[in-house]
Amino acid sequence: MNTHAYIHRDDLTSKTGMWLFLFTEMLLFGGLFVVYSVYRFRNPLAFHMAAGELSVFIGTLNTVILLTSSATIAMSVTAMQKQNKKLTLLLLGITILLGVAFLVNKYFEWGGHIREHIYPGSSVLALRGQGDVLFYGLYYFMTGLHALHIVIGLVFIGFITVFVFINKVNTENFVLLENSGLYWHLVDLIWIFLFPLFYLIT
Amino acid sequence: MESMGYEKDHIIPYRSFLYVLAGLIALTLTSVTLTHIFLGTLTVTIALLIAAIKSFFVLRIFMHLKFEKRMFSIGVTAVALLISVVIIITLLDYLYR
Repeated sequence: MNTHAYIHRDDLTSKTGMWLFLFTEMLLFGGLFVVYSVYRFRNPLAFHMAAGELSVFIGTLNTVILLTSSATIAMSVTAMQKQNKKLTLLLLGITILLGVAFLVNKYFEWGGHIREHIYPGSSVLALRGQGDVLFYGLYYFMTGLHALHIVIGLVFIGFITVFVFINKVNTENFVLLENSGLYWHLVDLIWIFLFPLFYLIT
Repeated sequence: MESMGYEKDHIIPYRSFLYVLAGLIALTLTSVTLTHIFLGTLTVTIALLIAAIKSFFVLRIFMHLKFEKRMFSIGVTAVALLISVVIIITLLDYLYR
């Protein structure tokens, strides 16, 4: 009799499932980019003026933060493959800290706009015309949806960090770590397009 | 399997990720700088071009597509094409209606 507790595992299928999910995420944001391009096409001047009020510095800083966090989680997979658990945990920890830093910047950024009464439904914003309403509507919705993905990604990576700690995710079985990385890179990928389209309009 | 370029246990060295990261940050700063220099219609094209180059590296190296089965890359390309085509057709509609 076979006494081994053999558990069937198929990493390729697991990854395929993750990628299929990422495709739906790309299409979700893709739809929003269609809306964005039409609104911008119809209100070029309002988009230009409104975008000028966003802080290019914070936007650039957040881009660098997110790119770096993507590199650290990618490196954590290498560390796992090289059986370096300590480094894996350290890199995951840095990734989470960078994700939180991104959200803190976002908090100050949004806070600044809201203090100036610029938010969806604000009467002050409504007075500035439809182009501004559309720009900030999209700005809050798209960066907000992106920030929600950051939060979900952080929870996901948080779980993986615990799994690595208790050896549930290990050198023989780390497809979950790879999948959490894929999700985090997708969030990064979306930001790569959000950043120039909202902060660098001229 | 091999012909598909699928390497299950391929290990990407740490420094490769650091090189890619340096490149991505350089491209970001280039994009920001160019925004202040060019003030024409080219700006959005250049910004999107740089974003596309950055995405390429994130997908190929960070997301490991270079070492995965080709079906993932084909899927990503298909999704990107679909989104681009929908945006172009929508804009053509608004441009010529």
